Amino acid sequence: MKIRQVSVFVENKPGRLVEMLEVLKGQKMNIRALCISEGSDFGIVRMILSDPAKGADAIRKAGFTATETTVLHSEMPDEPGGLLETVAKPLAEAGINLEYFYAFINPSPGKANIVLKVSDPDRAEQVLRR
Amino acid sequence: MIWNSKYETMPRGELEALQLERLKAQLSRVYEKVPFYRHAFQQQGITPDSIRSLADMSKIPFTTKQDFRDNYPFGLLAVPLQQVCRLHASSGTTGKPVVAPYTANDLRMWTEVMARTLTSAGVTKDDVMQNAYGYGLFTGGLGFHYGGERVGAAVIPTSTGNTKRQLMLIQDIGTTVLTCTPSYTLILAEAAAEIGMDLRLTKLRLGICGAEPWTEQMRTEIESKLPIKAMDIYGLTEVVGPGVSVECPHRCGLHIFEDHFLPEIVDPQTGARLPNGQKGELVLTTLTKEALPVIRFRTRDIASLRAEPCQCGRTLVRMTKVTGRTDDMLKIRGVNVFPSQIESILLQVEGVEPHYLIIVDRERHLDDLEVWIEVSEAVFSDEMRKMEALQKKVKDEVEATLGIGVRIKLVEPKSIARTEGKAKRVVDRREL
Ligand SMILES: [Zn+2]
Repeated sequence: MKIRQVSVFVENKPGRLVEMLEVLKGQKMNIRALCISEGSDFGIVRMILSDPAKGADAIRKAGFTATETTVLHSEMPDEPGGLLETVAKPLAEAGINLEYFYAFINPSPGKANIVLKVSDPDRAEQVLRR
Repeated sequence: MIWNSKYETMPRGELEALQLERLKAQLSRVYEKVPFYRHAFQQQGITPDSIRSLADMSKIPFTTKQDFRDNYPFGLLAVPLQQVCRLHASSGTTGKPVVAPYTANDLRMWTEVMARTLTSAGVTKDDVMQNAYGYGLFTGGLGFHYGGERVGAAVIPTSTGNTKRQLMLIQDIGTTVLTCTPSYTLILAEAAAEIGMDLRLTKLRLGICGAEPWTEQMRTEIESKLPIKAMDIYGLTEVVGPGVSVECPHRCGLHIFEDHFLPEIVDPQTGARLPNGQKGELVLTTLTKEALPVIRFRTRDIASLRAEPCQCGRTLVRMTKVTGRTDDMLKIRGVNVFPSQIESILLQVEGVEPHYLIIVDRERHLDDLEVWIEVSEAVFSDEMRKMEALQKKVKDEVEATLGIGVRIKLVEPKSIARTEGKAKRVVDRREL
């Protein structure tokens, strides 16, 4: 299913990530998933938040550059080959490019969560539903 | 609109005759009253009588910023102090300021050229003019103030700073004309966006921007972010303050008020006079100033002149927009670099804000150029690939233009200090 992801530009200098996380804590915002993509002197922090619009707004007000994008959220079996068989292969076969993805824990046993940014979210959603 | 048709549209021949007559009188006066000029003339082996035509100007020695420093505070004063009725001073970044005294006639002349300036830019008596140039020692505040009053506009003397109050006045009083530095217009736009104020819903229509070099790209940026036509003006403390030249509605250069200020362009290295159309250092001579006449002043500003008649009807020569100064010029690995060149490149990249900082350092005896760019939402992407592509694009364009390597650093918004006066664009950490 499609969900909103909040991405934040954070310079690689001590304390900046902490400051951003403090902002979210101040909003009592739960971070469901987080991944950092690192460049040479900055990082892109991508997050799935309990309330993306409110979280993004608070982060912007604190002086960060933030953007909201639509990503896909999917469940997969927490077992060897789960990612390959249920996500990677079907998307590749459908000719959909994977920009990036990150996985996180699912509270129900035997399952894992994955967040994906793909070239064609609508079609990817259909492929993954199958 | 033209404030003073007699002088602003005078046939060239007549204007040049007037200039020569005024120049001769001015030279005789400084020779008699100011020992500095008398010595300079004598060293060159000339007297005021040696100047028989405007072309003879090149025989006269230059006056430089250093001469102002050496003669601080009153060495260049050409009248007794009792005749001085106002003093301004430049914001000298190092050492002593430049002191600019005015007689009553000087102030009248200044108000006249400022009235011409504002009229040319489009100000009328129906306007509400919010003057956000600094009041005080700086010539900007009072220069615009009296010019605005002379034209009959309602002048709000806000001076610089207190951006929130500036916005409140724009909204509540219905300001139509904003006078401030170009970088301050963008600070206002940014602050308005922050508080959710739509400047398009105000009565603002015109901005008159000067006191720092700015590029055409910056003008486009200003005009897209504020509902104003941004007009360029030029002036300097040593000569009069603002009021030396201004754009007309055709915006094809700045008309110099030549009946008061005589322009020349010279080669910054050799001092040789350059023909019209060629880029070099602007040199100005005042023709009517009483307290502080200045002869062949090296402005350090880079421009060229055009004498062809303008569609607006003014016969006054036009100078190109000043986008660089000889002393802003950075020599990096032997290459001459103007901050304005880098600014032009940045602003051509979609979404890049005109907030940048150029850092020059020397590592292992090699000059190192780094440019910081603030990442706004317009250029930010959640995909690292796109951010790296942006960095590379700017890097490639800067390197192609300057021919030297550069590191582009993406920084968070507001990392680069905002100033309400002249913007600081360069940090030179080299110890030469
Ligand atoms: Zn014109």
